[in-house]
Amino acid sequence: MLRVEGLSREFGGVHAVEGLSFEIGPGTVHSIIGPNGAGKTTLLNLLTGVYRPSAGRIFFEGRDLTGAPTYRFAQAGIGRTFQNLQIFFNMSALENVMTGRHLRERCGLAAALLRTPALARAERECRERAMQLLAFVGLDAYAGAAADAMPYGALKRLEIARALAGEPRILLLDEPAAGLNPTESVEIAALIRKLAQAGTTVVLVEHNMRLVMGVSDLILVLDYGRKLSEGSAEQVRNDPKVIEAYLGAAHASETEDARG
Amino acid sequence: MNASDPASPSTRRWATPRTGGLAALALIVALAPLALANNYFYDVAILVGLNAIVCVGLNLLIGYAGQISLGHAGFFGLGAYGSALLVARWDWPPLAALAGATAGVALLAFLVGRPILRLKGHYLAMATLGLGIIVSIVLANEDRVTGGPDGMPVSPLTVFGVALQGERTWYWVVGACLLLAVWLAQNLIESPRGRALRALHTSEVAAEVVGIDSARQKVVVFVISAVFAAFAGGLTAFYTGFITPAKASFMHSVELVTMVVFGGMASTFGAVVGAAVLTVLPQALTVVKEYEMVVLGAVMMVTMIFFPRGAVPTLAARFGRPGR
Repeated sequence: MLRVEGLSREFGGVHAVEGLSFEIGPGTVHSIIGPNGAGKTTLLNLLTGVYRPSAGRIFFEGRDLTGAPTYRFAQAGIGRTFQNLQIFFNMSALENVMTGRHLRERCGLAAALLRTPALARAERECRERAMQLLAFVGLDAYAGAAADAMPYGALKRLEIARALAGEPRILLLDEPAAGLNPTESVEIAALIRKLAQAGTTVVLVEHNMRLVMGVSDLILVLDYGRKLSEGSAEQVRNDPKVIEAYLGAAHASETEDARG
Repeated sequence: MNASDPASPSTRRWATPRTGGLAALALIVALAPLALANNYFYDVAILVGLNAIVCVGLNLLIGYAGQISLGHAGFFGLGAYGSALLVARWDWPPLAALAGATAGVALLAFLVGRPILRLKGHYLAMATLGLGIIVSIVLANEDRVTGGPDGMPVSPLTVFGVALQGERTWYWVVGACLLLAVWLAQNLIESPRGRALRALHTSEVAAEVVGIDSARQKVVVFVISAVFAAFAGGLTAFYTGFITPAKASFMHSVELVTMVVFGGMASTFGAVVGAAVLTVLPQALTVVKEYEMVVLGAVMMVTMIFFPRGAVPTLAARFGRPGR
C-alpha cells in the first residue's frame, strides 16, 4: 500500500533519515519506534509531504508521490496527526472536524458565495458526519466548545477525529499517547484497535511501549535514521540489536526484567 | 449526538451571525435616513458604505485568512480609474465599465497574487505595499491618460438610461451593495472554503495535511478582496464624479487596514463598524480643528488598549456571545 525506497533526508549534513526502505500493507497497525532523535517524526513528515526527501522515492498504491506538495499526499489518502498539536484554535471542535472533511466536499466558489441549496444540504451532512466522528473518539460533549478551551487529552483525540474526517486510507499517528495519563492511553489504544477493525491502516509513532506492543501487527525500529529491526512485537522485543539501542550493550544480557 | 446536535435546532438559526447580523444591518440601512438631516449627512453615510464594502473584502484576506495587504487602495484606485477611463476614452456604458474594470483588477490580482502570497508576514506587507505604490505612481504620472495628480472628472452612472445622481439616490445604491457584500462574505466564511481560509490562518501545515491547497486558497481570497475594493472604487468614482490618485495612495491603504483592525479581525460586522467609526470620526472631529489628528490617534490607541481584538469581537465576547 505504502512503499518507501531508499528514503533519505538530511538537515545540513545530519542524516535524520538514511536509506530507508519498507512497505506497509493494508489493514494493519504498523508501529515505528526508536530512541529520541531516531528520525521517526522526520519520517512521518516525509510520508506526508511536509518535508521533501533528499533522496529516495515514496509510492502510495502504486503512485509516485515523491516531491509532491503536502495537500496531494492528503488527496491520495494519507491522513495524519501531529506530535505537537496543530489544532485550528480559532474554531470550535466541530468546525475542526468539518474542516477535516475538506477533501470530501465539492464546493465551487460561486456556490460558496451564493450559498446554494445544494451547498447548504452538503453542509448539514458534513456537520452530521463530523458529529458522528466526535462521538467515535468520545468528544461529542465538546462539539460546540472552542478548541482553545479544551483540555490536552481531548485535543489529541480531536486531531484523530479531524484526520479521520478526510476518510484516509492510511492514518499516521505521531505520538498520540504523549502527555496522556494511563487511563487516556488505554482509551487511545482502544481507539486504534477500533480504527484497524474498521479497515483503516494505521501507522503509529509512539514511545509508550505498552501501547505499541499491545496494538501493533508489525513494528519497525529506527536508530540514527536507519532501519534497525522489523517484525512482530515478539520478534522485535527479542532482537539483541533493539535491546542494545534502547538499553545499551551492558544491559543486553539482563533484559528479561525490562520487558513491559 | 441527539441533545447537543447543533444542526437541528432551527430556533438558533436566527442567532447566527450570518442571518441575524445581516437582518440587523439591513434594518440600520433602512432606518438610518431618519437620522440623516441633510445632504452632508447622506454624503458621510455613503462614504461609510463605500469604505465598508472594501473593508468587508479586506477582512476576508486579513482577518480570516491571516494575510496582510498594504496595497488595497491600489486596487480601489484601479477600479475607480478603470471605470472612469473605459467610459471617457472608449465610450463603454458605465455599468459595463464598472464590471470591466473590476474584472481587470481581478485578473491583475490573480497574476500578482501567486508570487506575492508565497511571502509571509512582514515580507508580504512589503510586497503589497510596493504594489500599491506602483499603482499610485502610475496613476499620478500618466497625466495624459489620468489627468495626473489633479485627477479627472467622471461622467455619472447611468442604469438603463437613467442617470443616478444626488445623495439620496446613491445612499440606497450603496446601501444595497453593502448588504450584498456582507451577504457574500458571510456565505463564503460559513462554507468549506471559509473554513479552509480560517484553517490556514492558524496552521498552514495542518491545513495542507487535511488536503487544503493553501497557495490556491490564498490567491482566491486575495482576488475576492481585490474585487470588493475595485468595485467600491468604481462606485466611488461614479458617485463623486471626480477622482484623484490620493484614493490609491499608501495612506488610504493604511486607513483601510486600520478600519479592519479597529473593528475587529475575522469579524465581518467588525469591518463594517470599523469603517463607520473611522469614516465618521474625522468628520466629527473637525470641530476641534488642528487637534483633529491628535484626538483621532488618541481614540484609536485607547480603543486598541481596551479592545485588543478589535471593537466588535471584544464586545461580543464580553456580552457572552462567541466573537466572530
